[in-house]
Amino acid sequence: MELVINGDKVEVPSTVETVTNLLQNFEVDQKVVIVELNGTILEKKSHQESRLSDGDRIELVHFVGGG
Amino acid sequence: MLKIGPYQFSSRLLLGTGKYPNFDVQKKAVDVSETEILTFSVRRMNIFEASQPNFLEKLDVEKYTLLPNTAGAKTAEEAVRTAKLAKASGLCDMIKVEVIGCQKTLLPDPVETLKASEELIKEGFIVLPYTSDDVLLARRLEELGCHAIMPGASPIGSGQGIINPLNLSFIIEQSNVPVIVDAGIGSPSDAAIAMELGADGVLLNTAVSGAKDPVKMAEAMKLSIQAGRLGYEAGRIPKKRYATASSPVEGLSIG
Repeated sequence: MELVINGDKVEVPSTVETVTNLLQNFEVDQKVVIVELNGTILEKKSHQESRLSDGDRIELVHFVGGG
Repeated sequence: MLKIGPYQFSSRLLLGTGKYPNFDVQKKAVDVSETEILTFSVRRMNIFEASQPNFLEKLDVEKYTLLPNTAGAKTAEEAVRTAKLAKASGLCDMIKVEVIGCQKTLLPDPVETLKASEELIKEGFIVLPYTSDDVLLARRLEELGCHAIMPGASPIGSGQGIINPLNLSFIIEQSNVPVIVDAGIGSPSDAAIAMELGADGVLLNTAVSGAKDPVKMAEAMKLSIQAGRLGYEAGRIPKKRYATASSPVEGLSIG
């Protein structure tokens, strides 16, 4: 399946079916990461039930140092 | 106590987390500063380097109230989206509204700041807008329901200190919500002056992270903010044009 993650086309294995799977795939599921799926910001509790489809646009953001 | 919305703080120093030499120095500086509020930014994650440690992992996040900013936003719409992303982390509901209108001066866009603040208040955020030192804009932001007003002392990261103490004091006098002097602080004396003017707090970053010894500067800022606040509460003497002797003029044994 091909997704657009943070503006780049990324091929992910077919085992990635949900947002939770996606975060596990990139080994960031234990980190503070916020997901926006096709323009909708997801609450953490809905990661598990949010299913992914070919061509989905995903933003993965986190916190970085700033003032 | 500093009260912002539903929160109360003993420390009046709000510390940014950008541009420290490394995470260890940052952690030590944060510890020594005794700050209770940390600011930071929201950015895209590099998923191909996800194993890189994140600054949050080095800090005991539970100890702090987190104040994400909307830095990078040029419009109200972008600021609102960034704020919502930050809140979706489940870690914070305060937001520093920062909508930059000029890349050279990094001065805030007043119209977009006002629009973003209005929308975020409706959405239930605790809203702290970074604003210029415009007195009427500060009043308008308070009327919208902002939980604190954060006027800049001088341009972000410039270290020029307080270039318009008169406007800051007008803002402080009129405000019924906390006024936190944000941006432009360069030295401990700048922070002390902000507090002596009656500011409720100071938000700074580069003055500490860019100092030769950030940990020592963090302590200096903590102390100067405490000193400035005490001085404000104590009430300074009026300035006079000519001298007034401190020693008695009677009973001189000379002449």
